Amino acid sequence: MPDFDTLTIGDVVAERTTELTRDTLVRYAGASGDFNPIHYRDDIATAVGLPGVIAHGMLTMGLAVQPVVDWAGDPSLVTDYQVRFTRPVVVDPQTGATVTIVAKVGQLDAEASVAHIDLTVTFDDATVLGKAQVRVSLGR
Amino acid sequence: MNPELQGRAFAPTSPYLVGREKVREFARAVLATNPLSFDVEAARKAGHADLVAPPTFPIVVQEQTLAQLLAEPDSGIDFSRVVHGDQRFTYSRPIVAGDELTATLAVTSVKSLGAHSMVTAESTIVGADGEHVVTATSTLVVRGDE
Repeated sequence: MPDFDTLTIGDVVAERTTELTRDTLVRYAGASGDFNPIHYRDDIATAVGLPGVIAHGMLTMGLAVQPVVDWAGDPSLVTDYQVRFTRPVVVDPQTGATVTIVAKVGQLDAEASVAHIDLTVTFDDATVLGKAQVRVSLGR
Repeated sequence: MNPELQGRAFAPTSPYLVGREKVREFARAVLATNPLSFDVEAARKAGHADLVAPPTFPIVVQEQTLAQLLAEPDSGIDFSRVVHGDQRFTYSRPIVAGDELTATLAVTSVKSLGAHSMVTAESTIVGADGEHVVTATSTLVVRGDE
């Protein structure tokens, strides 16, 4: 577990580039039970006005917190996690999609030893999650 | 959308038993690598009763409550126009394999924004002992005619 007292606002605690493919979407559909066809059928995705098959918002949310989980060392230290879905991640059938995650200390609650981590999640040079905040409880 | 949904009470879902393999399957699906979601010995050494679910796992349980909402005959929600706006999970304790979870839905807000409407659905998830585990909150945006 990271030492709360060594953290400073603005510290980048984790960074990661994640590659998504259509296989990733199919696997998430099965694991989560979300079988909305816009996540695996191009014809349906384009019929509803999307540029193509998009990743489940909850998949993007789920993978974006993983660098923070690895930094914390234990998923149970994440006590609060919220995001706003602002832009879809379009997953090309051949080349997939590349998502970049940067996790930065946004606020420190010294009394509770809780670090508020802000996530910047980018695809195609644009952020896809707004207000993406993770609270990590680092008290003993 | 029907504004009278706000404040409506819903029946608790039937208990969801968190399976060890389900935790592993979900963890792989969100590209998790932390051993506490895969290796029982590692989880126990870290002080947990069993595998620890990834932070967004409660969506699997919350899904049942969102289905309840969309199934309300008078909801006025056209599923094909629903877009996920916001999501939040607020924990009292982690979810571990073996937990038996029950979710209760509350509609906390219904708003109109021009042609669109927004509904906030809060699912309170408790363990077999009735104690709070996590609250999962979703804001769904229902797109109106452009």
